[in-house]
Amino acid sequence: MNPNQPPPPPNWPDRLLNWLVAPHLREEVLGDIHERYALRVQRLGERKARRTYWREVLAYVRPRFIKRKPQAYPNPLITDMLRNYIKTAWRHLAKNKGYSFINISGLAVGMAVAISIGLWVWDELSFDRYHENYDRIVQVAQHGTVNGETWTGSSLPYPLGTELKTKYPNDFKRVLKAWRIQDHILAVGDNKLSITGEFIESEAPDMLTLDMLKGTRAGLQELNSILLSASAAKALFGDADPMGKVVKINNAMDAKVTGVYQDLPHNTEFHQVKFFAPWNLYVSANTWIKEQSWFNNFIQTYAELQPNVDVDKLSAKIKDIKHKNLGDNKEQLAFNFQIFLHPMSKWHLYSDFDKQGNNNGGFIQYVWLFSIIGAFVLLLACINFMNLSTARSDKRAKEVGIRKAVGSVRRQLIGQFFSESFLVVILAFGVAIGLVALTINWFNQLADKQMTILWENPYFWLFSLCFILITGLLAGSYPALYLSGFQPIKVLKGTFRVGRLAAIPRKVLVVVQFAVSVTLIIGTIIVYRQIQYAKNRPVGYNREGLLQVRMAADDFYTKFDVLRQELKNTGVVFETAQSASRATELWSNNGGFEWTGKDPSLQADFGTLTVSPEYGKTVGWQFVAGRDFSRDFASDSAGFVVNEAAVKFMGLQKPVGEIIRRDGQPFRIVGVIKDMVMTSPFEPVHPTIFFLRGPLNWINIKIKPNVAASDALPKIESVFKKVIPSVPFDYDFVDQEYAEKFEAEERIGTLAGIFAALAIFISCLGLFGLASFVAEQRTKEIGVRKVLGASVFNLWRLLSKDFVLLVIVAFVIATPIAWYFLNNWLQKYTYRTDISWWIFAVAGGGALLITLLTVSYQAIKAALVNPVKSLRSE
Amino acid sequence: MKRTFLGEFEEVVLLVVAACTEDAYGVIIWEQLQEQTGRSITISAVHATLYRLEEKGYLSSQMGGATAERGGRRKRFFTVTALGSRALLEIQEMRQRLWQAIPQGKLQLIGQ
Repeated sequence: MNPNQPPPPPNWPDRLLNWLVAPHLREEVLGDIHERYALRVQRLGERKARRTYWREVLAYVRPRFIKRKPQAYPNPLITDMLRNYIKTAWRHLAKNKGYSFINISGLAVGMAVAISIGLWVWDELSFDRYHENYDRIVQVAQHGTVNGETWTGSSLPYPLGTELKTKYPNDFKRVLKAWRIQDHILAVGDNKLSITGEFIESEAPDMLTLDMLKGTRAGLQELNSILLSASAAKALFGDADPMGKVVKINNAMDAKVTGVYQDLPHNTEFHQVKFFAPWNLYVSANTWIKEQSWFNNFIQTYAELQPNVDVDKLSAKIKDIKHKNLGDNKEQLAFNFQIFLHPMSKWHLYSDFDKQGNNNGGFIQYVWLFSIIGAFVLLLACINFMNLSTARSDKRAKEVGIRKAVGSVRRQLIGQFFSESFLVVILAFGVAIGLVALTINWFNQLADKQMTILWENPYFWLFSLCFILITGLLAGSYPALYLSGFQPIKVLKGTFRVGRLAAIPRKVLVVVQFAVSVTLIIGTIIVYRQIQYAKNRPVGYNREGLLQVRMAADDFYTKFDVLRQELKNTGVVFETAQSASRATELWSNNGGFEWTGKDPSLQADFGTLTVSPEYGKTVGWQFVAGRDFSRDFASDSAGFVVNEAAVKFMGLQKPVGEIIRRDGQPFRIVGVIKDMVMTSPFEPVHPTIFFLRGPLNWINIKIKPNVAASDALPKIESVFKKVIPSVPFDYDFVDQEYAEKFEAEERIGTLAGIFAALAIFISCLGLFGLASFVAEQRTKEIGVRKVLGASVFNLWRLLSKDFVLLVIVAFVIATPIAWYFLNNWLQKYTYRTDISWWIFAVAGGGALLITLLTVSYQAIKAALVNPVKSLRSE
Repeated sequence: MKRTFLGEFEEVVLLVVAACTEDAYGVIIWEQLQEQTGRSITISAVHATLYRLEEKGYLSSQMGGATAERGGRRKRFFTVTALGSRALLEIQEMRQRLWQAIPQGKLQLIGQ
């Protein structure tokens, strides 16, 4: 090294200058500044020179140096160039029909999935937003604590609504008491229909901002009035004008139609409600309601807040309102009731409460889950596009070389590849919209929705545009940036080889694809297993041929014995019995039970069900000990049948014959039955007590096991028509009702299955393309190998090996991820299946098999080619 | 052509380039400037002014050959164009006229 050579100036400022200063000035500026630095080092010493150097460099940050020299050649009109790009792109698509098909169909399927999921998410997020007071409507609810566990419920005592309204008039604009939404019988002359509706206080139409087609929102202020939805009005009155006509409700209440409103859209909580009738009308027909104290939780309470009232603050303010009104009833006080407000914005997506009473999500988890799946499926499709483009870069490299040689600058090439990718994306989007339009009805059915493509919604188009943009950029970025960087001289001389490293991103992308697919397969299997597991759970009774009919009018109570006898006479009915609620639901919970050896601190909270003596025989109770109720023993009216869970809860050794006091009155346990699954099949069975005293609301009918339901039903119906002509025969099958408990899980399972299948499909499309490309690239090699004596099997193994390896890596990555998420999901259920190793084995094996099938086609095709042909060309 | 104004610093730079005995490039011009004016000047200011003068047509430039020092980077040499020298002369002429117009003895008075 030259001793006179000054030390080089600091590195970083130089880099800054290199990047900052326009290229045509760079050389001289850097030269001068270095020379000057050398001078300074001589005069002032290195330390000082370095210190001032930064200041010098920063002084170059001004537009004069940064501004690039304008291009020496004029730009052709942008549209001319664009036309050329699109023409070339089009020719490429037309030339490689196979690749184009794989690209476009893969992308289209991915986009269709993403659009469908987007519509679904939109629908979920816009739930209840139909109501103009969306932000201010709340449902009043309560937490109660039993033996350390908090439950949350919306059934509330009768006096609560009035108390809230009078105590906090500045916070509540209105507080509305309501009966729970259920079916009622509406009759107009001989036309009797079972219609879902709600009895609610008269301000409801204002609160819910009903869209009145006839009449006004004030229609519920008269006692005997009813508002019908358009669909209910049509069903009851046909095309006649319903206004002012009288409807008989449950054969007990007369109501004049005072308005018709537009049916509430499917994505509102009240969408099943087809009529609103005044709360006071219901109370006038059920006078016992007025006598209920703070102890009985049985009605719903909705409220609209005054503007600018904070829900959480108000919740905190009113939380003790019930507790304070319980007087000195120790048992009630022990529940430590906390009243709170559940805002409408959380009704649908955030409806779950944990055992501490915290609002811990709900359906929103599925919204997230499917959003993520949608994004991944789309990503898979983009990966295909990127992989196929880069894999074919060898072929496109020559084109890039020539374009560069005749004067294309890099920016133009980037533009070209992007316009190519955008062309494909736009074509795919068109196909995707078509696919969505074709499948949306089917998807609606699957997801229980009424979604439409939002043709008129500007947001939809805005989203679509962003969507195209993002997909186009994502899918096109890699080829555009990678291919345009080739050096023409190498490409055209033929010395250009795509290095070993070039294939690595492609391999990584394939691994990502298969990791996602395998995760989805594992997820699907586990969701199905969980459903199957819960379905196979012993339910403790016999659902076959079991019908239930609600006692919807007084006639049922007075004529039950006649009905039972007549049904027996038909010869198709095995037994008929009554109960307070359906076999698939448990409506009432009660405390106040005492037994010998009870821990005084234990809160004795049992599910309770009133039944008639034949109930056990009708539903097929399975007795563990003791006997069923019987009409032969008069003492059975003071008898209990309990389930095993109740025995366990009470800690009784020999339960049969034990005396249990309910509010002081003695009852004797006559029998113990196997747990009967009445509520969620995923949860443990609630300790339940069955007895004979109390109100009965449902009729259960068991068809003889050797009689087909289709034969029995007409006969049963004719009996009902004869005995109780005033009420339409409306029934459910218990097994169908029970199956509905799995609806949510089954929906998730089906959707996950479909998405997994699509993900696999898209991944395989990509793999198929890649395999064909690899086979094509190695044509000569295969020819030489064949000449030297390689067998077809050898060649097949050679070509498949790489891909199989990738799938195995993907499987190794996917397994822990899938395990983690599904284990979390399963924790939600108390009664849950285990995640066994064979699920992973099946998923991995399946993925491997599909991969081999996909790759083998190409591999064998390539291996079978006559080497004479492959070696002769060129 | 309409005459463009020359700023004070531009004028000095132009004069320095004209006065340079050897080939004038960034560092030499900057050194001369420092020496003549006694001000502390950053080199970027010199570069900016040189380019501006070139744009205005008072200077022309061409790249020199490769150099041994400064990392082999070439230098850009500046020479005054005909337009540049005319502008300088015009300025000098105008100054001369003004100098001569000053009444005798006044400058000393002001100077007091």
